[in-house]
Amino acid sequence: MLRSILNRLFGMIAVMALVVTIVFVIVRVTPGDPAAVMLGPDATAADVAALRSRLGLDQPMVVQFGRYVLGVVQGDFGQSIFLNQPVTTALAQRAEPTFFLTVFSLLIATVIALPVGILSAYKRGSAFDQAATTLAMFAASVPSFWLGLLFIQFFAVKLGWFDTSGYGGPGASFLERLNHLVLPALALGLVSSALITRFARASMLDVLNDDYVRTARSKGMSEWRVVLKHALKNALIPILTVIGLTAALLISGAVVTETVFGLPGVGSLVVSAVLRRDYPVIQGALLVIAGLYVLVNFAIDMLYLAIDPRVRY
Amino acid sequence: MAAVSAPLQSEPGLVARLMGRPTSGVGLIVLVLIALAALLAPWIAPYAPAKLSVAHRLEPPTLQHLFGTDDLGRDVFSRMLYAARTSLSVAFAVVVFSSIVGIVLGLTAGFFKKLDTPVSRLVDAMMAFPDILLAIALVAALGPTAVNVVMALGIVYAPRLARVVRASTLVIRELPYVEAARALGVPTPVILVRHVLRNVASPILVQGTFIFANAILAEAGLSFLGVGISPDIPTWGTMIAVGRQYMDQAGWIMMFPGAAIVITVLALQLVGDSLRDLLDPRLAKDI
Repeated sequence: MLRSILNRLFGMIAVMALVVTIVFVIVRVTPGDPAAVMLGPDATAADVAALRSRLGLDQPMVVQFGRYVLGVVQGDFGQSIFLNQPVTTALAQRAEPTFFLTVFSLLIATVIALPVGILSAYKRGSAFDQAATTLAMFAASVPSFWLGLLFIQFFAVKLGWFDTSGYGGPGASFLERLNHLVLPALALGLVSSALITRFARASMLDVLNDDYVRTARSKGMSEWRVVLKHALKNALIPILTVIGLTAALLISGAVVTETVFGLPGVGSLVVSAVLRRDYPVIQGALLVIAGLYVLVNFAIDMLYLAIDPRVRY
Repeated sequence: MAAVSAPLQSEPGLVARLMGRPTSGVGLIVLVLIALAALLAPWIAPYAPAKLSVAHRLEPPTLQHLFGTDDLGRDVFSRMLYAARTSLSVAFAVVVFSSIVGIVLGLTAGFFKKLDTPVSRLVDAMMAFPDILLAIALVAALGPTAVNVVMALGIVYAPRLARVVRASTLVIRELPYVEAARALGVPTPVILVRHVLRNVASPILVQGTFIFANAILAEAGLSFLGVGISPDIPTWGTMIAVGRQYMDQAGWIMMFPGAAIVITVLALQLVGDSLRDLLDPRLAKDI
């Protein structure tokens, strides 16, 4: 047990180290001088040189990397070029809309996907199963930003039920902010429900053929108890895994969806950072999000270890 | 996930078998039609894609302009045909590029035991980045051109393929015929290409179809955000970005390109799903 935990922990640290390295390298693949690219064609040579020394780009690569790693370990992701504030502050200020958007989308996706997936597996091959499977595939084919635009057009512009964009003013109440999150969360949640539906169906199918399900049935247990108590309990671990991973993937969807709905979250921060070539912000966002993904993965592995005694790493 | 399936060569008429299923049959026909439309765009487009006509701006669909006109009076239908060329060829190039990188990484990790851990860790680390976000960062660093979008998305999707190839290679490596080839002194590169690669072709084909679908969505997302291919070049994503500004008055500008994306991606998924059933019976229940 301890060995498994240490093995996994070591693996996670190795992956984290690689993530930091990749994030460091990404900016260095820029053709030409990153400082010159960031400042644009109108910058003077003196400005470029000043930025170069501010970012430490005039140091040898090894020193740059060492400094970067040292900073990251201490929670210092550098200074945003355009916002004139530390990257961590910029990210923290934008975290709320992204957090709620991700949570609500995940909630919507799960509430739709779990029952549909379970019923689909239980009635395998039925008209319901076929319809659900086709619908899930359809949902996975719709670009979330396009669906978002359609929602804005219909629910906000035509029906006037919601605001078309934004997150309310600085003093907006939580309820008002919630109102701003409904459409983006719905667009993102519907699109993401596809993956969870298919996984829930597959895991249930796996379990429904197992011996203990047959035993439970032969004992004369009622069908819904067999399915919901015995089968679902065992299918839940892989389903939880995919829900956890969907949470991480949702952040990717949030980048585009936030832009469509004008939500001031991490996603729109990244997009504006890209348009302004604000590399420290891009790096910081990548690092935080990839780090979260690795941590979620690690947590899931530990969960497996705790729940299933057969699992060893 | 590991599954060794029958080699492609022993499946006569794979296309025929795909056509035999209602879902993939429809999917395949739709894909061929869309590909033909893209290929023949210069001949079937009623107008030049960049032909301006301010007098006819924001006109709703009519017989003259099947899908209406955009803010500069350009024919939306003609532009969509040309956009299909860009969107499809970028996505296809992503599949090719990510396959090459993914196969090299996967074969290396699966075949050479000593390299497995470092390569797999690298793949794990790459998978930690959400696809669009990593692609945005890469395009930001490399510059917003079509070639760089292909490279960025190729790098993003390569790890997925690497995982599939590694898993299959791990199984094939231990099979008697590989051992026999090794005992006979067949050079390793030959073993890798002739014996291993040939047998992982099916999972690569299946995965490639899904990467194709994802790449279309991702490229559209990047172009929509204005951080992908230059906004001047018509792609389905850039057309939606333009249409967004005129959503109230001229919904058709963004409706049709969006529908094109949905139809194309759905068709690819239908075909991919059937391919998986036909080629990888053991994979069929996953995902």
